[in-house]
Amino acid sequence: MAFWIASSPHNHQQSETSALMRLVIYATIPGILAQWYFFGWGNLIHIALAVTTAIVAEFTVLSLRDKKITSQLFDGSAILTAVLLGISLPALAPWWITIIGSIFAIAVVKQLYGGLGHNPFNPAMAAYVMLLISFPVQMTQWQPPLSLLAMDIQFNDTLAVIFSGYTPQGYSVEQIRTHIDGYTMATPLDTVKTNLTLGLTVAESMNSPVIGKHFGLGWEWINAGFLLGGLFLLFKKAIHWTTPFSFLISLFVCSFIAFIISPDSSTSTMFNWFTGATMLGAFFILTDPVSGATSVKGRLVFGALAGLLVYLIRNFGGYPDAIAFAVLLCNMAAPLIDQYTRPRTYGHDLGAKK
Amino acid sequence: MESVIERIKKGNFSHFHGGIHPPEQKFLTSTKPIASAQIPEQLIIPLRQHIGQAGKLIISVGDKVLKGQALTTIDTPMSLPVHAPTSGTITDIKLMPIPHPSGLSEACVILTPDGDDTWQPRKICPDYKLLSKENILDKIANAGIAGMGGAGFPTKVKVSTLSKIEYLIINAAECEPYITADDLLIQEHSPTILDGIKIIDHLLSPTNILIGIEDNKPKAIDALMKATADIDHLQVCVIPTKYPSGGEKQLIQILTGQEVPSGVLPSSLGIIMQNIGTCFAIADAVINDTPLIKRVVTISGQALEKPQNIWALIGTPVGFLTKHCGYQNNEKQHLIMGGPMMGFSLPTDQIPVIKSTNCILAPSEIEIASPFSSTSSKEVECIRCGQCADVCPAQLLPQELQWSAKAKDQAQLAKLNLFDCIECGACAYVCPSQIPLVHYYRVAKAEIRQQKLLDIKAEKAKVRFEARKLRLEREKIARAEKHKKAAEARKARMNSGTAAAKSEKSAVADALARVKAKKAQANKAIASSDNNKENPATEQVDSGKSQVANAIARAKSKKLAQQEQAQLDAIDTQQDNESPSSLATKQIEPVVIDKKAKVAAAIAKAKAKKRQKETTANNTDSNSESERNDSATTQSTSNKADHETIDTAVTESVNAPESANKTLDKKAKVAAAIAKAKAKKRQKETTANNTDSDTDTNSESNSESESNDSATIQSTSNKAEHETIDTAVTESVNAPESANKALDKKAKIAAAIAKAKSKAKSKAKAKSAIKSESDASLQNVETSTTKIEPSQEPMKNAEIEHETSDVQSKVNNNTADIDRKAKIAAAIAKAKAKKLANNTQKSSSESSKQKLQQPEHSEIVEAKAKNLEAENKKARVAAAVAKAKAKKLAASANKSTHSE
Ligand code: SF4
Ligand code: SF4
Repeated sequence: MAFWIASSPHNHQQSETSALMRLVIYATIPGILAQWYFFGWGNLIHIALAVTTAIVAEFTVLSLRDKKITSQLFDGSAILTAVLLGISLPALAPWWITIIGSIFAIAVVKQLYGGLGHNPFNPAMAAYVMLLISFPVQMTQWQPPLSLLAMDIQFNDTLAVIFSGYTPQGYSVEQIRTHIDGYTMATPLDTVKTNLTLGLTVAESMNSPVIGKHFGLGWEWINAGFLLGGLFLLFKKAIHWTTPFSFLISLFVCSFIAFIISPDSSTSTMFNWFTGATMLGAFFILTDPVSGATSVKGRLVFGALAGLLVYLIRNFGGYPDAIAFAVLLCNMAAPLIDQYTRPRTYGHDLGAKK
Repeated sequence: MESVIERIKKGNFSHFHGGIHPPEQKFLTSTKPIASAQIPEQLIIPLRQHIGQAGKLIISVGDKVLKGQALTTIDTPMSLPVHAPTSGTITDIKLMPIPHPSGLSEACVILTPDGDDTWQPRKICPDYKLLSKENILDKIANAGIAGMGGAGFPTKVKVSTLSKIEYLIINAAECEPYITADDLLIQEHSPTILDGIKIIDHLLSPTNILIGIEDNKPKAIDALMKATADIDHLQVCVIPTKYPSGGEKQLIQILTGQEVPSGVLPSSLGIIMQNIGTCFAIADAVINDTPLIKRVVTISGQALEKPQNIWALIGTPVGFLTKHCGYQNNEKQHLIMGGPMMGFSLPTDQIPVIKSTNCILAPSEIEIASPFSSTSSKEVECIRCGQCADVCPAQLLPQELQWSAKAKDQAQLAKLNLFDCIECGACAYVCPSQIPLVHYYRVAKAEIRQQKLLDIKAEKAKVRFEARKLRLEREKIARAEKHKKAAEARKARMNSGTAAAKSEKSAVADALARVKAKKAQANKAIASSDNNKENPATEQVDSGKSQVANAIARAKSKKLAQQEQAQLDAIDTQQDNESPSSLATKQIEPVVIDKKAKVAAAIAKAKAKKRQKETTANNTDSNSESERNDSATTQSTSNKADHETIDTAVTESVNAPESANKTLDKKAKVAAAIAKAKAKKRQKETTANNTDSDTDTNSESNSESESNDSATIQSTSNKAEHETIDTAVTESVNAPESANKALDKKAKIAAAIAKAKSKAKSKAKAKSAIKSESDASLQNVETSTTKIEPSQEPMKNAEIEHETSDVQSKVNNNTADIDRKAKIAAAIAKAKAKKLANNTQKSSSESSKQKLQQPEHSEIVEAKAKNLEAENKKARVAAAVAKAKAKKLAASANKSTHSE
């Protein structure tokens, strides 16, 4: 007859980190579906590749570090990282981009810093930035929405492009990206940026076929999908409302101010919200607890800073989308933010309260 | 701004940060009435059941006690008594595991009930208003009431606060899941509870009384509302259910909106909080004269067939209660004392219920599959999700605390206010990584406390070391002074001594002056100022004394001075040698010196005036006692006992000469001298032995008092070692000295005999004197030699013993010789003196030979030898004087002998 000795509290609300991670992965599904619908199989293939690589990498590093492999391997964090990376990569990027990215994300950004909970940077975004800087050509070969393509590419075409660079018919990525009218297509953000340098107004850019009716053909739906997933997470209390809220508000405010000052050279607030990776960043990347701020106040500051940075980089930086850079910069600032946003402990500094 | 009361009346409450809503599970027990107390086969009553010290035990094993009889009494402000929960026999008092998270064992009284449940006589007091406040407080204290909500803070301390109380808050929140003890108590006993509240109201007269109760106890709320409807400054505050709203600070915040500053008692804000169960106990104690011997305990959990609330006697083993509720003994028992959030698991089911036990939880495995109790913890890394910080009622950052706790970064932990954590468990409850956060905090807190203790100890040790260094320095200087003074004094004494020998006429005056001077010197040499008491006595002694007495006194005081000097020297060298020695050296040495000096002084006085001896002896005693106080040591009663032995020894020696005195007036001195010599010898031995036992008991008591201090244990044992060395030294010092003294005594005796003879009016008288002396002394000698023998046996110095007994027999033989002719006697006396001097040297050299084995003592022995030579000289001088006198008076003595 043995007595159990346990430390209080003896009950627990039965939430688990792995369940949390799983929930987040599920929440990406609407966005991925939209991506698939508008851009084809490319991202799905990349996600599959990334997840496989990530698991292998995680397993290798964990066994090298003598850690409990099963529990940590399936805590979902590596898979989530891989999924997020797969979503962010250009659909037709070559396969080795994904492999390198995943390995870098897991082995270097996560495990070299001590594994889950200890990484200062969001692994997916760090890997993305690394790839963007190292392989700018491959990383900017954005595939336009399927509806705009001159040719019809199927799953096997995409697969072939990713692994060999050419479709079975022998078209290169460049050729795929070419519009029927003979010009290379870019993302809406790219388009706006290029047009602005060409002296066109934003309003004129909005007529570009890649932008479509609203803020970017396909992109608006992808963002809507991620927004939906994000709201689901909020509803499930898997993420805290503060970061997405302050991020979106900050982005909104920044673009709104800019729009008022010079409507011709500034994109609308909604354009900012619904293009690029805004919603993905807001609900899936900035909310990564490990690399974010912890307190409510800290998160508000964190989100606001990210919004500001995104806006600044989008409009004044050299790269069209800015989520990845903004996230990394905020990750760096997070410890500092935490330091200065400590909550007042009960019974301390009572004078400051009044 | 609307007042707090208005706000409360509107049902608006402040909120505390965070909080959680764990499954309540109160339905298991909340609808069943409280079962009455059952008497188990055995009650285990821990002596300490509250925060503070245990009371003083006033019963012993085998005692029969009645229900409600106190087992301990209050002896410190923070102690509380415990009482017998039923009548029966105390079968044991021993260490038993008590309810404590660490499974700690503490002293418990084991009571075997006789089943009669006989009450001790009680005084029912229907109207507490007739009692004075002190009286009520006394009753509360003597009933052993401590906070019954969990912490167990003594209630009397809380309710005797002097601060002006604005809010008296009665805590009936009972926010922990499962527990319904207070709920049921309110439902069934609200009138008594109200009495209790009124009594506290009477004591503290607060402006407002607030009863905080969570909204999940509708029946209890109804009962309270009904009972309290007629008190207008009392509010029943129904607060929303949220864990941990029953925490003192949280409830205060909910009700008054105030935060209790960290490290401050709520009473400084004018707020006092009492648990509702405590109110009941107070009413019971004040009105029914019933001490706190039972309480309501919720026995709950799905592993029980009949979960319910029970009136449990304090001391009832948990197993008895769970069995009563139908607990199946399955493989893995998991018993929790307290609620699921803050309770602790029990190592066995023989843990007793105590005053602060409100719940015993026996959960099934599905119910509380505590993730922390399985062998392979499901704990994963913290993902910084911040959920813990969101729920923490103390607004701490549990995740950061956890990192710092794992990293043992105590500075950072302090910065993060670890000690403001109330260990409510909310953070660990929500943590998705299932980190046992509270466990980490407990460990960290314990480590920090430990560290603080060590720091304090180190600080104390440092202070002690510094003080000791200073003191040793001071003593060194004082010793140097003393040496100088003593040397000068010796020189002066030598000069004056020869002068006295030459001029016999001024002998009386000189002697008087000298005696006084020497006494003063001796006193100075001892460096103790408390000889004042002795001085008047000595003066009395000296005034109106015959030449003989003076001479003897003089000789004696000289010797004493020398001996003391010698001793001091010896001790000085000893202290020098043993510079790393401990406090003990200090403690023992002065005592030894004092004792020697005082015993010697007492004897000197005894010789001078027998009647005064006893008082002097008393003086000695009181002196040495005050001396002991000065040394500020923890010398226990054993010391006193030793002093008593000395006293009796002195009185014995006093008695012996007294009886002799009756038979022969002047001759008695001789006998007395011998008797005293022996007595002295014996005393010295006893002193030596005493020192022995002193040190033993010292070291014992020291080690006992400090045994708690693990760090000092070593130093104590060191001390003990030093002490043994010291004793050895003192013994060896004593040994040659006692030999010296013995020899000196012999010389003196001889001289005294000679003197006595010369003074004798007739030969026959002398004859009979000597006869009687030899009779008396033979008796004495015999008895005292036999006495000496056993007392000497423990001494190491067997040879010295031999020597002395040889001398003894010689003295006897010689006295027989003296029987014949006074002249011859004088001659023999002289010869003897010489012989004795030789013997002294012999014995000293012998003893020094022995001592040579211990090189560190050789110095002392050398010093001793030097002094011995000096003493021999003195002895010879004394003998010469005596001889001279004897010659002078020999003729008249002869004459008178013939005439007779
Ligand atoms: S146990 Fe301590 S740190 Fe955790 S929630 Fe309670 S008060 Fe906060
Ligand atoms: S709840 Fe657990 S995982 Fe989340 S921050 Fe707190 S300690 Fe870390």
